[in-house]
Amino acid sequence: MTAHVEVKGLCVTARNAAGETFPIVSDIDFSLKRGEVLALIGESGSGKTTIALTLLGHARPGAKIAGGSIRVGESDLLSLDAKGLAALRGNRIAYIAQSAASAFNPSRTIMDQVVEPALIHHLMPRAQAEKKAVELFRALALPSPDTIGSRYPHQLSGGQLQRLMAAMALVTDPELVILDEPTTALDVTTQIEVLRAFKAVVLERGATAIYVSHDLAVVAQMADQIVVLNQGRIREQGLADQVLHRPADDYTRTLMAAARPAIRPAPRQADLPSAPLLEIRDMTAGYGKIGKDGHPRIPVLRNINLTIERGATLGVIGESGSGKSTMARVIAGLLPPAQGEVLLNGEPLPPGLKGRTREQFRRIQLVFQNADTALNPAHSVGEILSRPLGFYHGLKGNAARLRVLELLDLIRLPATVIDRRCGGLSGGQKQRINLARALAADPDLILCDEVTSALDTVVGAAILDLMAELRKELGVAYMFISHDISTVRAICDDILVLYSGDMVEMGGREGYVHAPFHPYTDLLIGSVPEMRAGWLEESGAARSLPLIGASADETELCRFLPRCAARIDGLCNITPPPRHALHKGNNILCHHDEAVLTRLQNLVA
Amino acid sequence: MTASSLRWAKALPLSAKIGLIFVLFWLAVAVFGPMLAPYPVGAFVAYDVFDGMSAQNWLGSDYLGRDVLSRLLSGARYTVGLAAAAALLASATGTALALTAAVGGPKVDEPLSRFMDTLISIPSKILSLVLVAAFGSSLPLLLLIAAVTYVPGNYRIARALAVNLAQMDYVQVARARGEGRFHLALREILPNMIHPLLADFGLRFVFIVLLLSGLSFLGLGVQPPDADLGSLVRENISGLGEGALAILMPAFAIATLTVGVNLLIDGLKGKRA
Repeated sequence: MTAHVEVKGLCVTARNAAGETFPIVSDIDFSLKRGEVLALIGESGSGKTTIALTLLGHARPGAKIAGGSIRVGESDLLSLDAKGLAALRGNRIAYIAQSAASAFNPSRTIMDQVVEPALIHHLMPRAQAEKKAVELFRALALPSPDTIGSRYPHQLSGGQLQRLMAAMALVTDPELVILDEPTTALDVTTQIEVLRAFKAVVLERGATAIYVSHDLAVVAQMADQIVVLNQGRIREQGLADQVLHRPADDYTRTLMAAARPAIRPAPRQADLPSAPLLEIRDMTAGYGKIGKDGHPRIPVLRNINLTIERGATLGVIGESGSGKSTMARVIAGLLPPAQGEVLLNGEPLPPGLKGRTREQFRRIQLVFQNADTALNPAHSVGEILSRPLGFYHGLKGNAARLRVLELLDLIRLPATVIDRRCGGLSGGQKQRINLARALAADPDLILCDEVTSALDTVVGAAILDLMAELRKELGVAYMFISHDISTVRAICDDILVLYSGDMVEMGGREGYVHAPFHPYTDLLIGSVPEMRAGWLEESGAARSLPLIGASADETELCRFLPRCAARIDGLCNITPPPRHALHKGNNILCHHDEAVLTRLQNLVA
Repeated sequence: MTASSLRWAKALPLSAKIGLIFVLFWLAVAVFGPMLAPYPVGAFVAYDVFDGMSAQNWLGSDYLGRDVLSRLLSGARYTVGLAAAAALLASATGTALALTAAVGGPKVDEPLSRFMDTLISIPSKILSLVLVAAFGSSLPLLLLIAAVTYVPGNYRIARALAVNLAQMDYVQVARARGEGRFHLALREILPNMIHPLLADFGLRFVFIVLLLSGLSFLGLGVQPPDADLGSLVRENISGLGEGALAILMPAFAIATLTVGVNLLIDGLKGKRA
C-alpha cells in the first residue's frame, strides 16, 4: 500500500527584521499510510506547528513555503492555488487547534459551528449534517449528545469544547486530521477523557491523523509513528515503539529524561526552631462581600490548616479552580482571608498588605507563573533585580550592581543581560530572572505559582534543578503550586492536594507513592500519562460511578462527590466527611477507611 | 544624541517623515518667526488691501493693508505655543489624576471618575464662551480653558490604561513586595502607558489648535493687534470671495500644522505595533 500522505524535502523560510531570509524548518521528509497516526514532537520553536500548517498549504504571515512537495491523497498541495486549497481545507483536511475556547465563536451555537464545514463545501444537507454531528457527539462521549448542539461555547467546559472541535473536524470525514496540541491546555483528569475520546474516534473511523505535541507520554498513547523535531530539523523518526523504548538520538533521550522528573531530595534542616516558618490556621478565603456567617460570597478556600518548616518544600496541587493560586495570594497579603490567620515565625501576619512591616514583606516572596507578564517590560534586567536590593537592604549604586551580578551568576545567566530589557530573552531566561528577583530579597519563603507550567519540559527541568540547588545553598523554603503531580513529587517534602478549595489529602511525599490515597488523589495520579503504548486502555477505562440518591442540604458535604468512584449512597451524600489519618501519615478528608481504599485502588491499578 | 534621533527619524514610515517635517517647520516658525518677520505686526505697509504676491509683501497684504507674511510669522507662536502648553497641562493633569485613581482603589476612583464625567458633559465651546464673556479674553485664561476642557478626555484614556496595567502580574508582585503607591504609579505603571499617551497628547494638541482657532474666529481669542492663526482667518474673511492670500495662507497654515501632527502620531503608533 502506498503512502497516503507524503512530505518530501519540505522547507519553510521566514524573513527577519533586517530583511534576510532564514529557514524555520528544512529537509522534512515523512509519509504515512491511510489510517495511521503520526506524531510531531518537539519543544516550542522546533517548527512542529509550522509543519502542521503546511499540510493545509498554509504558512503563517512572514513565512513562506520555499521548497519540497506535500502530497495528500492525489493532490499536490503546493501546486494548488488559493481556490483549490480552500476547497480542500475543512473538507478533506481538517485542523484541530490547541485552544478550543478561543477557536469557537461565542455568539453562535455549537451545532451551527460544527456543521459549518459540511455546509460550506456543500457536502450534505443541513439535516443530515446535524444527524451526523449528533452521532459524533455520542462517539466522543459528550454529555446529552442530542441537545448539546443548541448550547453556546461559554456554557461548556474546556475539555468538552476540545471534543466538539474534533466533531467539527470530523463531520466532513476528512482524509487527514491535524491535531495541534489539543490537550495541552487541559487538566490531567480532563486530558485523559479527551484522549480517550479522540483515540476511540480515530480508531472507529480509520482517520489518518497528524498529532502535534510536546508531551511524549501523550504521544505514546496516540501515535503509530513519531517524528522528533529540534530547531526545524528532524532528529529522529520511526515507529512509536522504537522511538519510545530504544531512542537512537541524544536529543530524544534528553526529552525523555525531562519528561520523567528525577527526585531532587534535600535534607531537612536539623536545627528546627520552636515555631514553624509559616503556619495557616483555619483559614477561609474567597471573593466578594463577606456574609454574616463569615463566609465570602464566592468562597474559594475552606478550613485550610498547614505548616511549612524552615527550608522545607510544600507542594500544593489541584486542578484549575481548586484555589491553589488564591492560597499564594492570601499568604502574600494580596487577598485578606475571611477567617483564620496566617502566622510567620509564630507571629500572626496582618491579613492584608496594610500593616505588614517591610521585614515581613521581605521574608515572603511571590513568583508568578508567567514571566512574560511578571516582569515589567519597561525595566531592564538590572533595574528589576536591584529594586528589591534597594528596597529591603538599602543597597545602592555599585554595591547593588555587584549583588545583581552575583544573582545573575547564581541563576547562571551571563552578566551581559544586565542592561537588556526582558522582551529579548527566552522563556527560560525570563523565568530565571523572575526567580532571581525573589531571591534578591533574601527571603525565608518563596511562593512559586506554577513556575514551570509555561515552559518546555527540558527548560522546566532545568528550573527545577536550579530551585533544588538554591534550596540546598540558601536554605530557603518553597511553597510550590502546580497542577502536575509528577513535578510536585519530584521536589517537595510535603504535598497538599486541594479539590475545589478543600484540603482533601495532606502528607509527606512518601505517602503519595502507594495506595491508599484519597479517591481524588488516586484519580489525579492515575491520570498522568505513562510513556508506553496501551496505558490509556488499561487506566481504568470503564470507571463507572456508583449511583447515589439526592444530596442532603448540607454545605459541608464532600465536594468530590459528583466525580467520586468510591462514593457510598446514604453516607457520602448525607453526612460531611471526617478528616482522619492514614497509617502512612497522610490525613485525608473521606468517609472510607484505610482498608477499603487500599482494596479499591489496588483493584483498579 | 543627535545621531540617535536622526536614526529614529530615519526609521519612521514616509507619512510620519512628512509629518515630522511639518511639525519641525512650525516649531521653528514659532520660535524664530517674529525675528524673521520683515515688518512689525501692526504696521500698515501696503496701499492696496488683499493684494497678491509682490516683492515687498511676499504673501500679499491683508484687509487693512498689513503684511500677511509678518502677521503669519508672529501669529504662529500663539497657536503653537498656546496649544502645546495647554495640551501638556491637560495631559499631565489628566494622567496624574488617572494614576491616583488606579492605585487609590474604588474610594478614590469613584468620586474622581464621576467628577470627570460631569466635566465631560459640559459642552466645551459653550464653557469657553461663558468663561471668556465673564472674565474677558487673556492668554492665561485661554490656556486654562483649553486645558480644563481636555483634562477629562485624557483622564478617561489614561485611567483605562492604568487600571488595566494595575492588574498586571508585575504590579501585583510590586504590591506584594510592599511598595508604596508612588512607586507603583510612577515606576511600574506609567512607563508602560507612555506610548498611547503620546498619541493622545498629539490628538489633544490638534483639538486645542482647532478650539483656539475657533475662539479666535469668533473674536474671543488672542486680541488685536496680535493675532493667532484663527484670528487671521477671521479678520480676513471678507477676502474669501476674491480668494485673497490673506485668508488662504493662515487657513493653509492651520491645515499643515494639524495634518503634520496627525501624520507624525500615526507613524509613531505604527512603529510601536
